[in-house]
Amino acid sequence: MSSSDDRESILSRVRGALAPLHERAAMPDYTTELAVMRQMMGSRDLLTVFAERMALANGIVLTEPTALVARLRENKWLHGYCDPVLWPSLAAYFGADFKVETTYDRKRVDDYAFGLTRAAGAIAETGTIVLNDATTSRRLGALTPWVHIAVVERAKIFSDLPEAVAGLGHDNNVIWVTGPSKTADVEGILIEGVHGPGIQIALVV
Amino acid sequence: MKFQQIDQFAAELKADTRAAVYDGSKKGHEKRTKLLFDEYADPDRLRHIAGEVKQHVVENLDTYLPQVEAKLKANGVIVHWAATAEAANQAVLGIMRARGATKMVKAKTMVSEETELAHFLEKHGMEALETDLGEFIVQIDGDHPSHIVKPIIHKNRREIATSFEKNGLGAYNDDPQTITRRARNFLRHKYLEADVGLTGANFVSAESGRLVLVTNEGNSRFCLAATKCHIAMVGIEKIVPRDYDLALFLNLLARSGTAQELTVYTEFISGPKSPTQPDGPEEMHVIFVDNGRTEVLASDCRDILRCIRCGACLNVCPVYRQASGHAYRSVYPGPVGAVLSPLMMGDKFPQKADLPKASSLCGACNEVCPVNIPIPDLLLRLRNRAKEENVPSPGTPPMGAWALLASQPTAWRASLFGGKIINYLPTKLLPIPALRAWEAKRSLPVWRGGEFRKWLKNRPPGKSSA
Repeated sequence: MSSSDDRESILSRVRGALAPLHERAAMPDYTTELAVMRQMMGSRDLLTVFAERMALANGIVLTEPTALVARLRENKWLHGYCDPVLWPSLAAYFGADFKVETTYDRKRVDDYAFGLTRAAGAIAETGTIVLNDATTSRRLGALTPWVHIAVVERAKIFSDLPEAVAGLGHDNNVIWVTGPSKTADVEGILIEGVHGPGIQIALVV
Repeated sequence: MKFQQIDQFAAELKADTRAAVYDGSKKGHEKRTKLLFDEYADPDRLRHIAGEVKQHVVENLDTYLPQVEAKLKANGVIVHWAATAEAANQAVLGIMRARGATKMVKAKTMVSEETELAHFLEKHGMEALETDLGEFIVQIDGDHPSHIVKPIIHKNRREIATSFEKNGLGAYNDDPQTITRRARNFLRHKYLEADVGLTGANFVSAESGRLVLVTNEGNSRFCLAATKCHIAMVGIEKIVPRDYDLALFLNLLARSGTAQELTVYTEFISGPKSPTQPDGPEEMHVIFVDNGRTEVLASDCRDILRCIRCGACLNVCPVYRQASGHAYRSVYPGPVGAVLSPLMMGDKFPQKADLPKASSLCGACNEVCPVNIPIPDLLLRLRNRAKEENVPSPGTPPMGAWALLASQPTAWRASLFGGKIINYLPTKLLPIPALRAWEAKRSLPVWRGGEFRKWLKNRPPGKSSA
């Protein structure tokens, strides 16, 4: 059978299965307020909540490029990839001990200790960074290095999930990132850095 | 009779395995409860609404399927339909052959477990590598997952270390961090060499055609950053009406599944990569898979199609905890599997007809279900179906004598009176072997048969409560 035969057979079986129903279940009317964590925001500003929530997911929030550079140096993460659009504004903070490339070579995937790319936004309620195709210079550059630094604009922090869903926009690939890559597959023990970054940083500007 | 059929299958599993499953599932449940009830004003209403949304979708699939197909096509996605597991696998193989592809990296998808895709592709000369850590371990072991969300809940670190050693992934080391790093280093090069990335979808929005994928490890992200072709296998029931509804389901899914507020990665994919993006698929296929779902839709158990595969009902189920996943002999174990698996068997329903009986009907599965599926009711309907189809039921004591007694009021009253004799009879002389065995470890309460009837008859008229 071809796919189009299968299409007809599936749809006719669906229609046949539903035909005996006298009444179909109606779509409930609800507001997404139902799905917002209570008392999360209070009177606090979005950045404060975002920083608190991202730390709970074992992510790191920094607001100063100098703090970022110090941390990279301290851990000897000296070789990295940086979005060419970001680099001109950040280059001055990085010393000569760093090797930063603005092109990404997928043949040398293990060379990059860190990747610096732009975020499309963030979500305060869950401490989530929002990435998309439009702002991420290379999907691999944001994914394969041990450390990923997403540059988040302070004005682009959504308050909660319903708001972030409403702001998905028209990008074909939107990724919400909540903390470092992790697994608990082996005996339920939490291990960070499985296939994605083991260290997830948001640099808020 | 002491055992049900599922106990006999469970008895074949190692004690270690069953202990691991017991602990893992219990922990998962306790964390979930805390997270859900601390944070929401009305979590119970949340899951009732989510259940109503999915029930609406299930009962209107005839409208939503063509709608989502049109949307996907408009987004530049190639849509395929597969009535059976075989057709789904053939569709994947066809796409790979047309591209001259030989290597696939796979993210975790339950539909591909149903169709045994990796096995099928390997038979046809393709490499199909599981990338989720648990699924990868299952694959190199030639084993089967035993939990929907935690595929290797039944394995301990020593077994994993041994199979890593056997498969050339370094000398024996059972430290979970080392195991994870070794898998990371091995798999990242596999992603980069692969031609095709395969995923499932947790939700598909009919409004926008967005596929939503949730993972923690980042493997589906890697599949969609490294390869040039994305194939998504999607069960026909995975639709939600609008993007708006996604916030509701995302709030429930991770909390119910792994007791997280959100999984680490929540991906919204609505087509091939954007033209300006250097990495990722230039071609995207969605295969809508039936494989028994229309059979379920036609039954009086269609509510089970609401399921969002979180695994909460497994974690809470006393039978799952004791029997562990493999005893269910199905891709879907636990309470959801006890409903879904027999139904998806179609004509071979009798082979899994014992599963609906593997439940004490305690109702915990319904209580934790993020889409409020009345699982105990569905189990009863399936037990009834097995009875009506005369499926043999080994392990069930014969109820014929009781049925006869209970349908003749005179005989019933006589037996109630006769029951009093038990009070004066030494229990060793009890005429029923099963009762004697029971009584050997417990003491029988004093027989008070008929007291209720006496009370009912003599109570003052006109009062509804005494």
